[in-house]
Amino acid sequence: MELIKLTIDNRAVEVEKGTTVFHAAKKLGIEIPTLCYMNLADLNIEHKPGGCRVCVVEVEGRRNLAPSCATECNEGMVVKTNSMRVLNSRRTVLELILSDHPFDCLICAKSGYCDLQNMAIKMGVRSIPYQGEKSTYKPDFSPAIIREMDKCIMCRRCETMCNDFQTVGVLSGINRGFEAVVAPAFERDLDHSECTYCGQCVAVCPTGALTEVDHTPQVIRALADPTKTVVVQTAPAVRAALGEEFGLEPGTLVTGKLAAALRRLGFDYVFDTDFAADLTIMEEGSELLDRLGRFLGGDKSVKLPMLTSCCPGWVNFFEYNFPDMLDVPSTARSPQQMFGSIAKSYFADKIAVDRKEMVVVSIMPCVAKKFEASREEFKVDGNPDVDFSISTRELAALIKGANIDFNTLPDEDFDKPLGESTGAGVIFGVTGGVIEAAVRTAYELHTKKTLEKVDFKQLRGLEGIRSASVDFDGVEIKIGIAHGLGNARKLLEDIKAGKSEFHAIEIMACPSGCIGGGGQPLHHGDSSILKARSKAIYTEDELKVLRKSHENPYIIKLYDEFLGKPMSEKAHHLLHTHYFARKLKHIDID
Amino acid sequence: MAKFKTHMLVCGGTGCRASASDVLYENLKKEVKEKGLENDVQVVTTGCFGFCEQGPIVKMIPDNTFYVGVQPKDAADIVAEHALKGRKVDRLLYKDPVKKEHVPDSKHMGFYKKQIRIALRNCGLIDPENVNEYLAADGYEALGKVLLEMTPEEAIQIVIDSGLRGRGGGGFPTGVKWKIAQGVKGAQKYVVCNADEGDPGAFMDRSILEGDPHTVLEAMAINGYCIGATKGLIYIRAEYPLAIHRLKVAIAQAREYGLLGEDILGSGYNFDIELRYGAGAFVCGEETALIHSMEGHRGEPTFKPPFPAESGYLGMPTNVNNVETYANIPVIFNKGAKWFASIGTEKSKGTKVFALAGKINNVGLIEVPMGITLREVIFEIGGGIKGGKKFKAVQTGGPSGGCLTEKHLDTPIDYDNLIASGSMMGSGGMIVMDEDDCMVSVAKFYLDFTVEESCGKCSPCRIGNKRLYEILEKITKGHGAMDDLDKLRNLSNVIKDTSLCGLGQTSPNPVLSTLDNFYDEYLAHITEGKCFASQCKDLIKYEIIPENCVGCTACARNCPVNCISGERKQIHLIDQSLCIKCGACMEKCKFNAVTII
Amino acid sequence: MTKIKSLADLRNMKADLQSKIALREKSDNPEGRVQIKVAMATCGIASGAKEVMEFLVEELDKRNIDAIVSQTGCMGYCYAEPTIEVTLPNQEPVVFGYVDSKKADDIIEKYIKTGELLEGIIPVNYEKID
Repeated sequence: MELIKLTIDNRAVEVEKGTTVFHAAKKLGIEIPTLCYMNLADLNIEHKPGGCRVCVVEVEGRRNLAPSCATECNEGMVVKTNSMRVLNSRRTVLELILSDHPFDCLICAKSGYCDLQNMAIKMGVRSIPYQGEKSTYKPDFSPAIIREMDKCIMCRRCETMCNDFQTVGVLSGINRGFEAVVAPAFERDLDHSECTYCGQCVAVCPTGALTEVDHTPQVIRALADPTKTVVVQTAPAVRAALGEEFGLEPGTLVTGKLAAALRRLGFDYVFDTDFAADLTIMEEGSELLDRLGRFLGGDKSVKLPMLTSCCPGWVNFFEYNFPDMLDVPSTARSPQQMFGSIAKSYFADKIAVDRKEMVVVSIMPCVAKKFEASREEFKVDGNPDVDFSISTRELAALIKGANIDFNTLPDEDFDKPLGESTGAGVIFGVTGGVIEAAVRTAYELHTKKTLEKVDFKQLRGLEGIRSASVDFDGVEIKIGIAHGLGNARKLLEDIKAGKSEFHAIEIMACPSGCIGGGGQPLHHGDSSILKARSKAIYTEDELKVLRKSHENPYIIKLYDEFLGKPMSEKAHHLLHTHYFARKLKHIDID
Repeated sequence: MAKFKTHMLVCGGTGCRASASDVLYENLKKEVKEKGLENDVQVVTTGCFGFCEQGPIVKMIPDNTFYVGVQPKDAADIVAEHALKGRKVDRLLYKDPVKKEHVPDSKHMGFYKKQIRIALRNCGLIDPENVNEYLAADGYEALGKVLLEMTPEEAIQIVIDSGLRGRGGGGFPTGVKWKIAQGVKGAQKYVVCNADEGDPGAFMDRSILEGDPHTVLEAMAINGYCIGATKGLIYIRAEYPLAIHRLKVAIAQAREYGLLGEDILGSGYNFDIELRYGAGAFVCGEETALIHSMEGHRGEPTFKPPFPAESGYLGMPTNVNNVETYANIPVIFNKGAKWFASIGTEKSKGTKVFALAGKINNVGLIEVPMGITLREVIFEIGGGIKGGKKFKAVQTGGPSGGCLTEKHLDTPIDYDNLIASGSMMGSGGMIVMDEDDCMVSVAKFYLDFTVEESCGKCSPCRIGNKRLYEILEKITKGHGAMDDLDKLRNLSNVIKDTSLCGLGQTSPNPVLSTLDNFYDEYLAHITEGKCFASQCKDLIKYEIIPENCVGCTACARNCPVNCISGERKQIHLIDQSLCIKCGACMEKCKFNAVTII
Repeated sequence: MTKIKSLADLRNMKADLQSKIALREKSDNPEGRVQIKVAMATCGIASGAKEVMEFLVEELDKRNIDAIVSQTGCMGYCYAEPTIEVTLPNQEPVVFGYVDSKKADDIIEKYIKTGELLEGIIPVNYEKID
């Protein structure tokens, strides 16, 4: 590797050829501020449009200032990151951006988490010398995401996530000059676009331009209503990230504190989506075994590979983009919806509460779950199985608002029966986890043998597309894993072209799975945080006594008492779904 | 074959077409036939003569009689008098704006005297839709020589030796650009002609494409051979329908002759050209934005490096040159690098085409040798300021060029001198202003354009230009404060210093150059609330001078808002609260009784 | 149209086509060329100016003389029609009267080729015609 020597702020530094000035400065401990640059190195996502111009530096011999995020180091380069010329320019550019930004920081959803706010604080901006017209746009309220483009600073990170990483292609820069803004084509709203609500745009937005729909007021109202029985479920990825909102190190597991906090918030029953994840494995695993068995038995009409269906962003994606392949994904509902369905039938019966008097709240690392909960097929007589889905961030706000000192909470357990889970349910939170959980159960059901080694390391990792094979006692099962919808698209295209060799494929819409979901604490472009969360999930799995879904005693009981057996008629009715070929919603123009 | 003794060259450029020169052409043909002169007189449609303000134009060959403002109905006289009897039709001759005399032919016109036409050599000379006429004018000979007698390296060296620099505005040495593109390996390389001419009022490229499309095709093929590209693309704005039509005709003809396509002239070299249409965004003239637009993406610039030569169209090595740059190429090969380098200044060789406009007598397209002074261009070619007014400023380089003044008039025009003076060459816009122009308003006018045309990608350009505009607006409305001048200067410098592409790096030039050269006008607006040129409506008042008013009522009758009162033969009065400052009263008053204060 | 297959083909074509626009190129650079103006008013035409013009155009071309032949209005020497004005490079124009094909031939051979003056020159107290 060729090395290059240069000087930054009078200090010598040696970097590999191809390194940008931004990273070279970082090596010296100089953090050059930026508003648009984003690097999720472990996921191969680097966004450097050179658009905000905050990171400009002075390079000796160059006519104008250079954007450090996009300028590669040259041998002998002399760089100044803090000359008066640089500081004046940087400040002026920031003042310009602020001059076209609303000043409702006090009530902004991103207040305290806003990169622009933080930069204004850091630079000590006290006045805006360049006053003038501000951009105004109609806010866009979709079922899951809110766009307030008045707050957009044109960093275009959302575009990179939506177009390059997810290949959804809903968000892009439109219009020119001062009117330039990021929007769906023809300035439609998200509800009238092909948005999958994966929420990755929200996850990377530096300001309050893109936020999730806030359902905490409805949750507070339900909790305050004495006539309602409020049941909460919390997804696996939440426990691996919630601590970050309270200053804990990324990757700190807070399962016990989470249960305690929910109880203190006043939820009547504190349950775990992991239970429903185990249930999902029973249904999905059985479906896979059924399809496999028929296929190996010579039935050519069987659809293989079978694809997982627990990710709502992914479901939206294939409904829009692959309407002719709706029979490929598993018909099993997602854990969130299985939970809601069982809570409002089996459990409601048990505690003798009418489903209309029961409110099911889910805590999700996800934004698309909000949309999923609102789907018509998941309602009984207009009453949704899951009433409200709130994100990890919204839960943190609830806890803070309730004066709960999270970090000193004792560790508590989830309630029974819907709070008991195995390690298989936990790993749903990370890419590869669903399929690993499915393999653990499917192996035993198929071979009738006990699986000695439950860790399938070949299924883990952060590469966008992975493939592995698992030996089912002489039968080689080929498995594909993709996270990120762009990677999913590649596997889908292969299936469409008849080139896919896989028997089963797991797909998650978000980078590294639910732990990197659109509803999680903001990672601000630091992919080491995602790695830490991933590690925490696998740790929780290892700590569990039971690590195979079909060993969950409450799952066994549920089948005994209520469902019969996996894929029974009742199970089909309550735990399976069907998909729709979706088209863009029509807009009436009068 | 009949040997024509007279050629009637009828301008077929967009400007003259708009005034029915196509009907005129048909009429001339009809008249020639009726008079039985088909074997003596040839009527030809040509490209633009450049003197567009005076169009439609008909030039008579061989005596170079230059008829201006010719209407379709004038065809009869031209044929009956000039073609038949050799008598000039005096009323159609160009009238010298100063001497007020008819000028017999183009050789005696100040407009043409100092021009050297290289890029425009065939405009107004040949029929652009007839490849044979281009062949007759040495067409494709340069391509033949390059393909069959030279290596790419030798050909590139000739372009380097000629000293030709990019005519699109940047002024990068063309040969060096080719050499870089040649040196990059790629499975498929591309040659792109930038015909996205976006400067308001500029039409250099359009005229070349309309008047001599083959020269661009030939140059692109030469370029392709030099860098190892087999595909060429012309990015042209869709609002140039005539240029697009002529390019299509030219490409079809060149293909039929085998001058495009496979095994060109038996050389074994393959090259073909396709058109790509732009939607008219100014910023797409920037080469990376242009390439993104061609790829179907939003037309916005990206950071260089990588340069298009390394990673351009579809990620392949791509060489982008402007139309006018290409138009110089065949001549350089036909007449030699030495010849070309003998024209111009030390660092700027050859000629430059300018679109001369504004308060000047001869408005039109001119091609002059580098090194000519602004004075020569404005007062000799341009025929001086309209209406005998006083020259105030000249703005070069399109909307983001600077305004130069009296003191710059004797500076030889070349890339480096213009930049040193606070302006730039740009693609060749040249707008002349007189004493009636308010320089603050002029700066505001240009900012208005760049605010609209910024792609919006980078913050300083997107927001900064808007704020510059708003401050200028404030000043022209009489609400300016002294610290606004500091803000203007700081903002301008920061926008120039931090913007991503050439648009933002130059857009504050009109502000900075007017601040430098016309500081007193800014001061007058701010401290005295005065606009010297009486252009800022909020700073002026129309008033009636009682001593001069005879009470004719002309002003009152013509006032669109009825704000002038007064009986017949009584002194009139303007109600300032209603006056919209349209100036109709002043225009209609025959007694100089209306004044601006 | 057939394909042009070599540089030689291209040059041959050019040679054939050149005459089409030669007049335009020449008149753009009249300096250094022989310029001949034929008076073509009614008086001139009646006396055969058109024929003289045809002859000059044809013959100058045949004899490889780089000349521009143009027509002009009446020169005011109606008694001596057809009249022509010949301007040799860097010389004052000379007007010849009573020009017919034979005289024109003489003018080409003697005055234009060698500069030798011949009879029939109209004395120069006239004004140059544009």
